[in-house]
Amino acid sequence: MSVAFTGRVWVFGDSLDTDAMYPGFAIKMDPPEAAKHVFYEVRPGWTDEVSAGDIVVAGKNFGIGSSRPVSALFIELGVAGLVAEEFNSLFFRNAINAGLPAMTLPDATGIFSDGDVGAFELGDGTWRNETTGASGAVAKLPDMMLDIIATGGVMQRLVVQGYLPAD
Amino acid sequence: MGMTMIEKILADKAGLASVSVGDIVVVDVDMTVLIDMQFGTQWKRPNRIHDPDKLAVVMDHAVPAPTIRDAAAGPAARKFVADFGIEHFYDVGQHGICHQVIAENGLARPGEVLACTDSHTCAAGAYNTAGRGLGPAEIYSIMCTGKTWFQIAPTIRYELEGVTAPWVSGKDIFLHLANTYGDAPNFNLEYGGSGLGGIPMHDRRTIATQGAEVSADFSTFEVDSVLRDYLTSRGVADYHAAQPDPDATYSAVRHVDLNALEPYVARPGRVSRNGLPVSQIEKQKIDQGFIGSCANGQLEDLEIAAKVLRGKAVAQGVRLLVTPASQAVYREAMRLGYLQDIADSGAVVTNSTCGACFGYHMGVVGPGEVCLTSSTRNFTGRMGSSEALIFMASPATVAASAIAGYITDPRSVTT
Repeated sequence: MSVAFTGRVWVFGDSLDTDAMYPGFAIKMDPPEAAKHVFYEVRPGWTDEVSAGDIVVAGKNFGIGSSRPVSALFIELGVAGLVAEEFNSLFFRNAINAGLPAMTLPDATGIFSDGDVGAFELGDGTWRNETTGASGAVAKLPDMMLDIIATGGVMQRLVVQGYLPAD
Repeated sequence: MGMTMIEKILADKAGLASVSVGDIVVVDVDMTVLIDMQFGTQWKRPNRIHDPDKLAVVMDHAVPAPTIRDAAAGPAARKFVADFGIEHFYDVGQHGICHQVIAENGLARPGEVLACTDSHTCAAGAYNTAGRGLGPAEIYSIMCTGKTWFQIAPTIRYELEGVTAPWVSGKDIFLHLANTYGDAPNFNLEYGGSGLGGIPMHDRRTIATQGAEVSADFSTFEVDSVLRDYLTSRGVADYHAAQPDPDATYSAVRHVDLNALEPYVARPGRVSRNGLPVSQIEKQKIDQGFIGSCANGQLEDLEIAAKVLRGKAVAQGVRLLVTPASQAVYREAMRLGYLQDIADSGAVVTNSTCGACFGYHMGVVGPGEVCLTSSTRNFTGRMGSSEALIFMASPATVAASAIAGYITDPRSVTT
């Protein structure tokens, strides 16, 4: 199964917590408004610069913290996928369950710099930095997770399975 | 090959004889807990659900409603509960922070899997339950199907040995471990050892809850007589305890000398590798103290706060907020006189809610302020302004510091 994403990357550091991406005050807003506050303190103004198809690359322990649906905000901003040296497992699950592709790539922040173009294929674990030519592979994602992403996330899967009415 | 505590529970719930690190298993979820936030503007009524008896709804994060948006979640939750015949419903009046409500109503049972839309669901590990916080979409999915999947992560075991000194609490044990060993993303934490019996249930809950702050998957405690007595008092019977096999494989076994511990404080920004003994911190003035949350709003936490505050006064210029973890805790603390002592000191006792812990309502901190909290997170912006500093310590340390006006070792103001 192919789950691929290619785009311009934005590189962030280690231990980015969910309060940095979906702060408490933004929970009082609708998702399109809340999305304007992603990384509000870490990188002010970023949500004006990010474009549809871009990719977020982070360091270790990406997404420590809350269960709040940060991935929905990334999708709102048009982010095509997440890459990190290490994910918090709840944050990783939330991405998969929202249908947002995510790849664990050790040394991701050394391989990629802001503005590079990266290409990632979860189906076979391959990645490539189109700007520098560096490439490699990580373990492929289990089929069950690929299937959730390909379906568009668990809510969409529930629609397919008849648990939820289609919009 | 032997299994760790969490491997035993997940193997059992997957219908497998054994599991190993790296395996992906599909498990039956014994109890799924939805919170008020789930019923906000994104809520959609399902066509059908798996089993109403395996579902609970707890109103906790934003009750009584601070915004019109939150107020709209109430009727949606009540309609859902009525439509699907869900008996485990804890509406405003019977409410509380979900992990407290789960515990006091006996919904967290040894050897079972519990899922909830809050990242601190690992709290249930204090009761030998495989508790896991999951996102709202996944919780919705489990509500419908009764199942989810886990990948078996390696387990780190803590052997607790010795006895803690007076005024050293579960918070201090956790802050010591977080400071010494740092983060544990994609690891399970398992607690046991010869010193376990000396650690009361409320302290175990604090430690289990805060597994989230070191990024761990599950945090579970062994079953002993202290837990068995607690479960009996909550009406929990006929459970299957999950004890680790003697030949279980751990990625690390860490021995903790409880005798050597003292009260700790974590500096702002993160919990892991960011602390020091309270006795060693520079003179740090505070504007707000907070005692509450799923980690430290328990009855015993309020008892400790009352003991420190009794007959004393909160310092001029300091606000001390105390949030009981549930309405039941609130009522019991009132009956026992704890709330009287706390309020008499000049502290503010609030309604039970997640409120101030996640910077949502009732106690948000402003730019330039310093807060010392006994809640769960000290992340930048967590409790309000990103220009506020959040230190973290035990309820005893927060209470002692509120009296002094600066971060203070509770042993220096108590006898």
